[in-house]
Amino acid sequence: MTGKRWAYEDFEEGASLDLGSKRVSAEEIVEFASEFDFQPMHLDEEAGRNSILGGLSASGWHTCAMFMRMLCDAFLLESTCQGAPGVDQVKWARPVLAGDTLTGRCTVLGKRLSRSRPQLGFVSLRAELFNQRGERVFELENTAMFLTRAGAGA
Amino acid sequence: MTLDDYLQIGVTVTLGSHTFDPEAIKAFARKYDPQPFHVDEEAARNSVLGGLCASGWHTASAWMKCNLSARAPEGRWDGPGAEPQFGPSPGFRNLKWLKPVYAGETVTYTRTALGHRPLASRPGWRLLTLKAEGFDSTGDKVIEFDCAVLVKAQ
Repeated sequence: MTGKRWAYEDFEEGASLDLGSKRVSAEEIVEFASEFDFQPMHLDEEAGRNSILGGLSASGWHTCAMFMRMLCDAFLLESTCQGAPGVDQVKWARPVLAGDTLTGRCTVLGKRLSRSRPQLGFVSLRAELFNQRGERVFELENTAMFLTRAGAGA
Repeated sequence: MTLDDYLQIGVTVTLGSHTFDPEAIKAFARKYDPQPFHVDEEAARNSVLGGLCASGWHTASAWMKCNLSARAPEGRWDGPGAEPQFGPSPGFRNLKWLKPVYAGETVTYTRTALGHRPLASRPGWRLLTLKAEGFDSTGDKVIEFDCAVLVKAQ
C-alpha cells in the first residue's frame, strides 16, 4: 500500500481532478449492450436513430462502467481506495453516441475521517463527463473510502 | 388491463438470477474496473474484501440484464391505445453495495414498480419509478437502488 500517489490527505476540498478522455466506439457499445442491456437503441444504428436518443447510444450502465475505467486510470489505481459503499446519484443527462469522445472531471466536495477507524477517511466526489461539444452527458455523486498515509503504511 | 396492471405497480417481481463466474468477474473488471480485488485472486485475498469479488458496476449491470429478460412480452397489452413502450432512463439514486459478491456467487434480482407520472417536458411519455434489489444465495441483500425509466403511454 505504501508509495501510492493518492491517500486521504491528498484530496483537497474543492480540488478538480482531470479524468482524461475516452473515445466511444460502436463496437464496444454493441458488445456491452449484447450482454447487459439488449435494447434496440443500444444494438443497432438505425433503431438508435429512430429512438428518442437519436443514434446508436451506449447503455447508461456502460457509461457508468466507462466512467469507472476513466476514474481508475486517472487516479484510483494509484490511490489507497478501499472501495465505496454505494453511489448517491447518477444522472444520464444526454445520450452517449457511437463516435463521441468523452472527457471528465472529478471534484472533491468534502472529506472527513472515520470516527471508529482514524486511519480511514471518507471523500465525497462529484464526477462529470462531457462530450466533444462540451455538453454534460453524465453526472455522479458518491463517497469513497481512502486510507490515510499512516493507514497505508501500517 | 390498465397501465398500472401492465407495469405491475406495487408488485415485487423476481427477475431471475445471474451467477458471477471468476472468469467473467475478471473479464468485466479488466475492461472497466481493474482494481486488484476484481482482477487477481491473490491480491483479492490480501485485500480488505478478502477474496475475488465482482465490480459493483458488474453487479448493477446484471440487474439490467435480468430486468430486460423479465419485461412483459410484446402483445400482452390489451388496454386502449397503443402498447406502452419503454424508453431510456434519466438515472438512479441511492445505490448501495451492501455486501461483496464473491466469485461463484449467484444473485437473484427483483424490481418493484412504485408509480408513474406524466412528463411535462415530453408529451406522451411518463416516468416510471422502480426499486431494484439483488440477493445472494444466503438471502442477504447485496445491492439496491432507486431508478426510473421513460414509458411511452397514453
